Amino acid sequence: MDFTEDQIQRYSRHILLQDVGVEGQEKISNGKVLIIGAGGLGAPVALYLAAAGVGTIGIIDGDVVDLSNLQRQIIHFTPDVHKSKVLSAKEKINQLNPDVKVITYHQLLTASNALEIIKEYDFVVDGTDNFPVKFLINDACVMAKKPFSHGGILRFDGQTITVVPGTACYRCVFHAPPPPNAVPTCSQAGVLGAIAGMLGTIQAAEALKYLTGVGDLLTNRLLTFNAKTMEFRTIKVKQHTSCQVCGTHPTLTELVDYEQATCEIKQK
Amino acid sequence: MSTIQLNGKSHEIETPISLLELLRQNKVEQPEMVSIQVNGEFVSRENFESTLIQPNDEVDFLFFMGGGSSC
Ligand SMILES: [Zn+2]
Repeated sequence: MDFTEDQIQRYSRHILLQDVGVEGQEKISNGKVLIIGAGGLGAPVALYLAAAGVGTIGIIDGDVVDLSNLQRQIIHFTPDVHKSKVLSAKEKINQLNPDVKVITYHQLLTASNALEIIKEYDFVVDGTDNFPVKFLINDACVMAKKPFSHGGILRFDGQTITVVPGTACYRCVFHAPPPPNAVPTCSQAGVLGAIAGMLGTIQAAEALKYLTGVGDLLTNRLLTFNAKTMEFRTIKVKQHTSCQVCGTHPTLTELVDYEQATCEIKQK
Repeated sequence: MSTIQLNGKSHEIETPISLLELLRQNKVEQPEMVSIQVNGEFVSRENFESTLIQPNDEVDFLFFMGGGSSC
């Protein structure tokens, strides 16, 4: 790939990095990342990956922008209320960096479309809000041998782990979705908006590390933080040979849609 | 009293104590919202009551955390 003079200028702060350089930027520019959920986490991920010049960014989200989203979903602006989130995100990405090809999916990720969609990408970012889809993303990525970043936020807390084939998966750590009625969601419990940025930018950094091969990914470690104390912890986790999806004798060999416990349903 | 490491910090507690009781003492009202590791090994939920914590054990509560798109 030959960069234009403008591109060399645009990406100069990456190119200056010894670990990245022109070759690293080429890898970023050839990279394809799927962002699942264009909300609190997906917004900063999409903006930073677009700024970084990731060649293709896929965004899947079935929602439209709501006024209550704007407190943290920084890719959406006030005039975007009622617009589809994927379209709103695409418009900002195009303005930020016309080099980026944006593919939008205005739908939900389901057991029937997940493998088909993720197979087009090098890296997947989970920016979803509910456990059924988080487990679906995990299972689909493990089955398709796609690396992905899990992210979760609630109130003042965040957690993230990167999963690549052969490392502990989300199911190794959390096993199965919690009972639908047990889960506090952000729409019930609230979330400090900036937390989404703190976590999303970690996920974006992991995606860029994966594309460039720089550093050690956040694998076999669950990173958690609490913004009240501003303490960060990484907890070692293990891949389990008995894991239902990534273990030696997986019992989960087909994707399933768990009962949805989305914020909207739970609000009733 | 003996010392355990709970979520990376030293805690003084009476041992032995079951994981379920430890959850209660730490005001974790919904055990179904937490995944627990003791000394790096995962403990399944049905064993929360029967698993006894010993002095110097390292216990980590890993909470389910959603959040992201519409949340
Ligand atoms: Zn696993």
